[in-house]
Amino acid sequence: MRLLYFFVSLVITIALIICFGSSAWLPLPLGRFLSPQQGIWQNAEPVNQDFSALLQMPQIKDRATVYLDDRLVPHIVANNEEDAYFIQGYLHAKFRLWQMEFQTYAAAGRLSEIVGDVALDYDRGKRRLGMVYAAENMLKELEANPLTKQLTDSYTAGVNAYINSLPESRLPVEYKLLGYTPEHWTTLKTALFVKMMSQTLAGASDDLPMTKARAFFGDKALRVLFPQVADSLDPVIPKGTLFPPPSVLPVAPASADSLYLGRDSLAGMLKEIEKPDPGNGSNNWAVSGAKTQSGAPILCNDPHLTLSLPSIWYEMQMTTPTMNAYGVSFPGAPGVIIGFNDSIAFGFTSSERDVLDYYAVQFKDGSKSQYKFNHEWKKSDIRIEEIKIKDKPSLFDTVAYTVFGPVTYDNSFPEATLPNTPLATRWKAHDASNELLMWYYLDRANNYDDYLNALQYFTCPGHNVAFASKSGDIAIWQQGTFPARWNRQGLYIMPGEDSSYMWQGFIPRDENPHIKNPERGFVSSANQRAADSSYPYFIPGSYDLYRGIAINRKLKAMEGITPEDMMKLQTDNYNVFAETARPLLLKYIPAGKLNENEKKYLDTVANWSLYNNIDLRGPTLFTLWFDNLKKQVWDDEFEKAGVSDLLPSDPTLIEALLRDSAFRYIDNISTPSTETLADVMLASFKKTAANADSLDAQNKLTWGAFKNTTIYHLLKTKLMPFARTGLPIGGGEHVINAMKHDHGPSWRMVVSLEKETTAYIVYPGGQSGNPGSVYYDNFVDKWAAGGYYKAWFMQREENEGEKKLWKMEFVGR
Amino acid sequence: MMKFIVSVLLIALLSFTICLYMPWWSIAMVAFAISMIIPQKHYLSFIAGFLSLLLLWGGLAWYISAANHNILAHRMSPVILGKDAPMSLIFITAFIGAFTAGFAALSGSLLRSIVGNKMPS
Repeated sequence: MRLLYFFVSLVITIALIICFGSSAWLPLPLGRFLSPQQGIWQNAEPVNQDFSALLQMPQIKDRATVYLDDRLVPHIVANNEEDAYFIQGYLHAKFRLWQMEFQTYAAAGRLSEIVGDVALDYDRGKRRLGMVYAAENMLKELEANPLTKQLTDSYTAGVNAYINSLPESRLPVEYKLLGYTPEHWTTLKTALFVKMMSQTLAGASDDLPMTKARAFFGDKALRVLFPQVADSLDPVIPKGTLFPPPSVLPVAPASADSLYLGRDSLAGMLKEIEKPDPGNGSNNWAVSGAKTQSGAPILCNDPHLTLSLPSIWYEMQMTTPTMNAYGVSFPGAPGVIIGFNDSIAFGFTSSERDVLDYYAVQFKDGSKSQYKFNHEWKKSDIRIEEIKIKDKPSLFDTVAYTVFGPVTYDNSFPEATLPNTPLATRWKAHDASNELLMWYYLDRANNYDDYLNALQYFTCPGHNVAFASKSGDIAIWQQGTFPARWNRQGLYIMPGEDSSYMWQGFIPRDENPHIKNPERGFVSSANQRAADSSYPYFIPGSYDLYRGIAINRKLKAMEGITPEDMMKLQTDNYNVFAETARPLLLKYIPAGKLNENEKKYLDTVANWSLYNNIDLRGPTLFTLWFDNLKKQVWDDEFEKAGVSDLLPSDPTLIEALLRDSAFRYIDNISTPSTETLADVMLASFKKTAANADSLDAQNKLTWGAFKNTTIYHLLKTKLMPFARTGLPIGGGEHVINAMKHDHGPSWRMVVSLEKETTAYIVYPGGQSGNPGSVYYDNFVDKWAAGGYYKAWFMQREENEGEKKLWKMEFVGR
Repeated sequence: MMKFIVSVLLIALLSFTICLYMPWWSIAMVAFAISMIIPQKHYLSFIAGFLSLLLLWGGLAWYISAANHNILAHRMSPVILGKDAPMSLIFITAFIGAFTAGFAALSGSLLRSIVGNKMPS
């Protein structure tokens, strides 16, 4: 009997251990997970944590010190480059390890290893886009250059020094939740991170839906629906600037009119791989000393990205005998990415230029080993991608590489049954390059010539790089290596059997749009087209329009500018698009046909201040109305064309209606009657009023409630308690303060290049990636309220600053 | 009574020490071993193991969370419990340790009574 009791008790004990120690019965291994000495409690950082430390590491060549200020921003003081980059890697890992590794798993198409086969399509998309191939090509360049080899080696060693010192109990909480451990960092992962940025900022392509649309509308109509230059464009390079004649003259193939621009129905609509957010963009500008109160130039930048916790940015200062750079870095990459030093400041906005094209290829057989090219069968390189899947056997995916690049879409992807033409991807990001070299030189630049020299290493993603120096220069260059295209090249899928459709060359760098010390006293960019139609190359892209107009209008009018004025401008909620569109909407709405309730809403729109402020209903009603109007105008044609995920832009519609109130697409082609502009205005407004009633019932009609500004954790809706929701910040699309629901200013920076550099900065996050730290999200409220911190730009000789709270000392053996 | 108090203290102390090096379930080994060594009524052995870890894990979790102003517990409790309840997370932590150690101690005590019959006590 005793024996029986013993066995029962023993079985219960063992069952408890298995139950709490594995995910067999519970969603999480709660015993391991909650054990105070090993589980998540170890991630609960005391609010008065002391970050001071003495770290002895054999890799350190000389003594180095890191001062951490009250916002946990590190200020590295090192006596040589190797130590500085080693410590940067160490700090990135110490505060952001999970994020930096997760992002590179995502870039490499390896998420299935962590989360299982739910990520399989995502992973296959990344592999088939050639992300790893692109990173490998970059790696070769990084390692071939002694400077970047040294800095990436040091950086990688720093990350790994931290990983090696990390006990399992201190693993970031996300590892514990997902049940895996970090692997060692490599320079390939840094390259993958850079390629991830390339995809985010230069991985957009509408070629597939455009090709589908061409079959229905024809190229001529698409020239109107997707115009290259908007009527109200205020380009990066002011109108009237003379461009030299082009030195590269691309020639359209003789067969282009029939094989390329004709209405064949090549390639049915495919489910495309995940595309970057079309709203990815940014604002930057620099004003010359003539326009500022202090007489010194001011440079400003706010990059707009999908916000996340932990933030994509990590703020820091790095000083060595050859540099003193302050700004934000990418956890995963060495150097300061956006920022300033003792002499200059620099900031980036995406060029939005199209550098990704598709070519239809014809394989000889199912083995994909040969494809037709210039009347011959050409051998393809076969790359077998092993995609490891958590708790399941690996999936092997065969990707053929052609002269263009990887065949992204074929009969096995996205769906094995689709009888589509295989499509090869030609993407600038595949070409070997060494972007890290640009940051190496930029962080150390003293003047315009240094800046110009640094820029040459930046090929993709293309950017507008704003510059200002203490010596008084301001400048902006659209930098990148862009294909020289013949007119309309690359808007649609191109024939892949004929070398004459390939990119014929690149625009020489000095023919990229640029301007130095312009007469108007400022340079600016906000993702609009860099130049008007007088620029001699064909430069398609997914450009913005209104933010640029708003910024330039304000900057033109401003004099005696102070940093505070610039902060106000970065957080300005004025909606220039609504200013353009509202008069038209109000002109054509037949107000007499509205009921009392609808009239009340119309009055709200009519009396709205045009500011996208959170407490107003005007911006919500206007946005809903315009969205409904778009549906009324476009949906009939585009649905009939079988095109999803592609519509003419907001400016295109409004400019077309301003030109011609009888614009042919107003008519709904699925009804026998002919609709007028008044008809669609009325229908769209009635729909809006109905939407508004239901929103009002849920108290979601004010702009703040409607937009519900949210910063998700990187695991998105799977981990809502780690997110911040309902943030009180206005702005939105087409507004300088470009804050949409979860996408917007990811870093705000105002740098006044006075004798002593003063910089005001803020980002929506915190320096620590640990959700159990007070520094996880401590900048968020200040950022949402439009506030800034004054950066502590430490000088090397400064021995005791009042801002130095903690001191990490690194010593060698 | 003395034996009970000594058991509780020993289990707690040894569990804390062994968990610096070993996985969380080594608390079961400690509770099992202590109740084999210190003879007590079975139910008292169970309570000793249970109480010991209830106090150790509950105390540690509470202490850590208090110094953290419950920041992590506020974020983790909705993930685990579906609601924002830091104290509940501390209690659950404590009870997981308590039940595991309690049954391990009971098993140790029962084994002692089987083996103990054949050896002089």
